[in-house]
Amino acid sequence: MSMLQVSVYRYNPETDSAPYMQEFQVDTQGRDLMVLNVLEIIKQQDSSMAYRRSCREGVCGSDGMNMNGSNGLACVTALSEVVDKRGKLVLRPLPGLPVVRDLVVDMGIFYKQYERIQPYLQNDTPPPAIERLQSPEDREKLDGLYECILCACCSTACPSFWWNPEKFVGPAGLLQSYRFLADSRDTATRERLADLEDPFSVFRCRGIMNCVAVCPKGLNPTRAIGKIRELLMANAT
Amino acid sequence: MVTNITNFGRSGLSDWLIQRVSAIILALYTIFMVGYLLFHPALDYPTWNGLFAQTWMRIFSLLAFLSLAAHAWIGLWTVITDYIKPTGIRFAVQIVVMLAIFVFLVWGVQVLWGA
Repeated sequence: MSMLQVSVYRYNPETDSAPYMQEFQVDTQGRDLMVLNVLEIIKQQDSSMAYRRSCREGVCGSDGMNMNGSNGLACVTALSEVVDKRGKLVLRPLPGLPVVRDLVVDMGIFYKQYERIQPYLQNDTPPPAIERLQSPEDREKLDGLYECILCACCSTACPSFWWNPEKFVGPAGLLQSYRFLADSRDTATRERLADLEDPFSVFRCRGIMNCVAVCPKGLNPTRAIGKIRELLMANAT
Repeated sequence: MVTNITNFGRSGLSDWLIQRVSAIILALYTIFMVGYLLFHPALDYPTWNGLFAQTWMRIFSLLAFLSLAAHAWIGLWTVITDYIKPTGIRFAVQIVVMLAIFVFLVWGVQVLWGA
């Protein structure tokens, strides 16, 4: 028996007056399980435990959560990566978003900021008969941008987003914003930039790179934000 | 677009640029001051007074004061809008900070040209 001590954030607004931490003992049988496997074992011990999950392989982005203080996807985070020296695992919901129940958060404000950057191709020229073509070089510029799965690990690790979630777009939204600014087929660059030059939308980023540290897909929102600043500078000086 | 009327340059881009340019000016001024003090270990009042009597030093100092004023306002405005959520208190603190920066700036000019 190799027991893992797990402490999980619990909150059911219908029955609990305040959130609390519940302790569980999980038998890992010495295996290096993923955190999601541990949650599944806990769910068998206490079926009232609520969390989101779907693909269990780091593609859907449903099970973003805070594991021993660091955001990540439970399904692709092995115990050996997060469990501390005392052999303890602490699971909390993504920070800064309203808790719906236990590890489930309300992602409304996160999606609202994503919607704000108009995450779709805009082109005012007449559409060609088949499709808008792009050179391999131009296509390459989208690498490291399009892979985002919107798990919200980055934005909820960002203090600028915690303090001003309704004004600062956040790393996830800005990465996608740059994905369309960098797209050779998009012609709305000027309008997109005009919406971003205020002191909050982009410039509340202080470059602390928490987003880069936690991104489960290894993306770099800080670099994208720097590129947006360069575009704004090039347009305005 | 998020509307703002109390930040320094009305635009996040100009605030960002001014913050960086003023930081460079302040760094140069600091390096100069530290260097000057190191090269004048037995500094007396007439030498110090003579330094600030020169026009280039007054221009350099005034530039540094203006940079400090802009830098302080942009930085503190950011801190204030991060942490103080009630509008009344936030605006009051902004006015106090703005007033303090103005007083220090005028005082600095007076010191520069008063000697």
